[in-house]
Amino acid sequence: MEPLSWTGSLSFLTPILFLSLAALGVSIIAWMVLSVAGGMRASAQGPYGAPALTATPEGLAALGVRLSLLAAVAIVLIHIVFGILFGTAGGIIGAMSQLMLPVWIALALLFFVSISFKRRLGLYGKLFDSPIGMIGFGLVMFWVFTGILGALDLIAPHDSVAQVSGMKNKLPGTPIPGASEDAGVAAWYLLGGDNLARDVFSRLIDGAWVVVQIAPLATLFAFMVGITLGLPAGYYGGRLDTFLSFLANLVLAFPVILLFYLLVTPEIVATGLPQYIAVVLFAFPLVFAGVLLHSRYRTRPQANMLWLALVLIPGFLGYMSLINEAGSKISFWPLDFFDVPGGILVVFVSVVFVNSPTVFRIVRGLTLDIKTRDYVAAAQTRGERPWYIMLWEILPNARGPLIVDFCLRIGYTTILLGTLGFFGLGLPPESPDWGSTINDGRKLLAIYLHPPLPPALALLSLVLGLNLLADGLREESLRD
Amino acid sequence: MALFILRRTGVMILTALCLTFIVFFLTNLYPNLEKLAKTEGNFRMSDEAVASWLDKNGYLQPMPVKYGQWLGILPGWRGATEDGITGRCITGAVSQEEADNAPRFCGVLQGDWGYSTRFKDSVWNIIEVRLGNTGYLMMWVLIVMIPTALVIGVLAGMREGSVTDRSLSTASILTTATPEYVSGVIFIAVFTSSTVGLKWFKGTANSAMTEPTIENFFLPVITIALYGIGYIARMTRASMTEVMTAQYIRTARLKGVSFPNIVMRHALRNALIAPFTVIMLQFPWLLSGVVIVETLFNYKGFGWSLVEAAGNNDIELLLGISVISVVIVLLTQLISDIGYVYLNPRIRIS
Repeated sequence: MEPLSWTGSLSFLTPILFLSLAALGVSIIAWMVLSVAGGMRASAQGPYGAPALTATPEGLAALGVRLSLLAAVAIVLIHIVFGILFGTAGGIIGAMSQLMLPVWIALALLFFVSISFKRRLGLYGKLFDSPIGMIGFGLVMFWVFTGILGALDLIAPHDSVAQVSGMKNKLPGTPIPGASEDAGVAAWYLLGGDNLARDVFSRLIDGAWVVVQIAPLATLFAFMVGITLGLPAGYYGGRLDTFLSFLANLVLAFPVILLFYLLVTPEIVATGLPQYIAVVLFAFPLVFAGVLLHSRYRTRPQANMLWLALVLIPGFLGYMSLINEAGSKISFWPLDFFDVPGGILVVFVSVVFVNSPTVFRIVRGLTLDIKTRDYVAAAQTRGERPWYIMLWEILPNARGPLIVDFCLRIGYTTILLGTLGFFGLGLPPESPDWGSTINDGRKLLAIYLHPPLPPALALLSLVLGLNLLADGLREESLRD
Repeated sequence: MALFILRRTGVMILTALCLTFIVFFLTNLYPNLEKLAKTEGNFRMSDEAVASWLDKNGYLQPMPVKYGQWLGILPGWRGATEDGITGRCITGAVSQEEADNAPRFCGVLQGDWGYSTRFKDSVWNIIEVRLGNTGYLMMWVLIVMIPTALVIGVLAGMREGSVTDRSLSTASILTTATPEYVSGVIFIAVFTSSTVGLKWFKGTANSAMTEPTIENFFLPVITIALYGIGYIARMTRASMTEVMTAQYIRTARLKGVSFPNIVMRHALRNALIAPFTVIMLQFPWLLSGVVIVETLFNYKGFGWSLVEAAGNNDIELLLGISVISVVIVLLTQLISDIGYVYLNPRIRIS
């Protein structure tokens, strides 16, 4: 078997790609310089400047940006399409894009459906009016689909913990010794092998699943805690507010890494402390759901009972199985449906714990602002209960900033998870998550670049996508 | 103003007490003490031996008492063994008279920070040296970060929606999306490895502690600074765009003041109030950047000691480090509050 090159039979396109990227860089800088210079000139005449009718240098630079960007995107697309069709003939990139085929299909379907129904989809639909938001959403959904489909075993060609002898630190595109001709893409280590001779590409895909599993859920829990405490703190004020704010500031003043080191070490885990924190933190979603429904249906006891039973009974069973684990400090509950794998619960708890004070502060600030509005006064005059006002009058009106912050916070949580992995805290040692992989690879970084770079770039692109998505959402929600 | 500072300082001391107690509590949980006993004494100690070792060294007193002694508001414990008298303020076993001469209180407040089992040195000496190293690193980070971030933010914010704004904003989003361990790894890969072959800088800052040069110090500084630049630049941009739509800017324009003059004279001062507090509030989070970068570049500073102390169950050093970092965080918060009041005439006068 031959080693694969990066682009295979499309290698003639590589100079063109680099050329167009260089042109893109140059034209962006030119455009910026020209527009600053032009802006200064225009403002000397008037605040807005007259619309240009003839081709200005600025306009030409803008055209250059557009054309070179188009060329670069076109070449990348050619690589992907060629790869999907011919696989390894397109080199490593071709083979990867063929393996990613389920992700491409899912992305295409999602974008097709969303764009065709975007007028009926509210804020989510409006996202597709903003190019920044769309790029961000695309990046995020790429990794989400990669994570989910990778967990269904549709992408990765190798087992992420399997070690193949002779593949230690091998460069990208190295064939596996003794692989048969009909093995297809699995005959190569597409992104090379790491220092334990495992496939970097497969670990990258499985690492996406760790992030997709933990980050959004942990952020959601942090929001539940922050909302349930922030609303009354802002609404009632007074002593409650002082006390809760003091607690939040206490956690916020803690350097994050110190907190992780104190919470996640095996000795502390043995005392059951993270589990006790989990008991408290994971109760908040239940409390939130219960209060939310009860405040709404309080006047209709039958509907109230029905809804509460429908939500709280499964919720309670899930809660108990989550915190209950055989062989740990909390193991009295008989109906344990699932066990969270070793260390994940601790990581989850510490991430929620670190994030919730910030959410609390945001919600409290928003509540302080919104509670002075007329519709809140109207609800108070109607005689609504405080919790109804908080959850059904104030919270829906605070949703814009909260959704934006939710996206940003998932990105922050992803970074935190990477930090935990980077220091080897909490997650099991063989875990394919990106932080651990970066940490494993950095020791030999001066000689072998390929093991830590793919997870680093993956993490970067996911967080970038979330930031762009948040930016797009903010822009679109402000436009209303 | 004086009352405000007084109240803030009171809250700050309370917070510091709470936080140090939490750290003290977590590091003094029994499994941690058991590990300490085994590393200090003998790895094959039985459970009873561990308990008696801990008892002999004063670790089995009630938690608040131990905390009081560590803090220096309760007298240190004393115990009599066949060799003589041992205790918190006494090194080894000594005779009765020497014990009587030894100080009764010896805690953080008296300047006795304990002894590091990892570095075999007193905690205060270690912290002094390491904090100096980190301080030097932070100085350069701030020198690089603040001017760059402010210039980017002002340039982007002075003309909302322009090309400059959009490109600089995208660039700042990119840097905020790059945590230190990602940018550090990318920088090391591109600029130091033999594979790429640029070899402009060194991948380790080990020698930077004695003789810092651009070659060994640039990468750690830029790695920490980059993450902060994007964030501060975005805050500056937001504040700048808000100022640029204000009434007095419109008046200045109508008066015929030139655009550069408007930016420099009228907008800048008001736009820089918000970034000031943001920069101050960045410290807790620069601190975790420091831990990552010092580990990555093997620069033996404060963050590196934190990792070493936590990894080797060095309880007293860990406590000392947390006290220092908590105090730094709280002090910067206090400065940011006071600075905000001071800079903003609307609050200052009312």
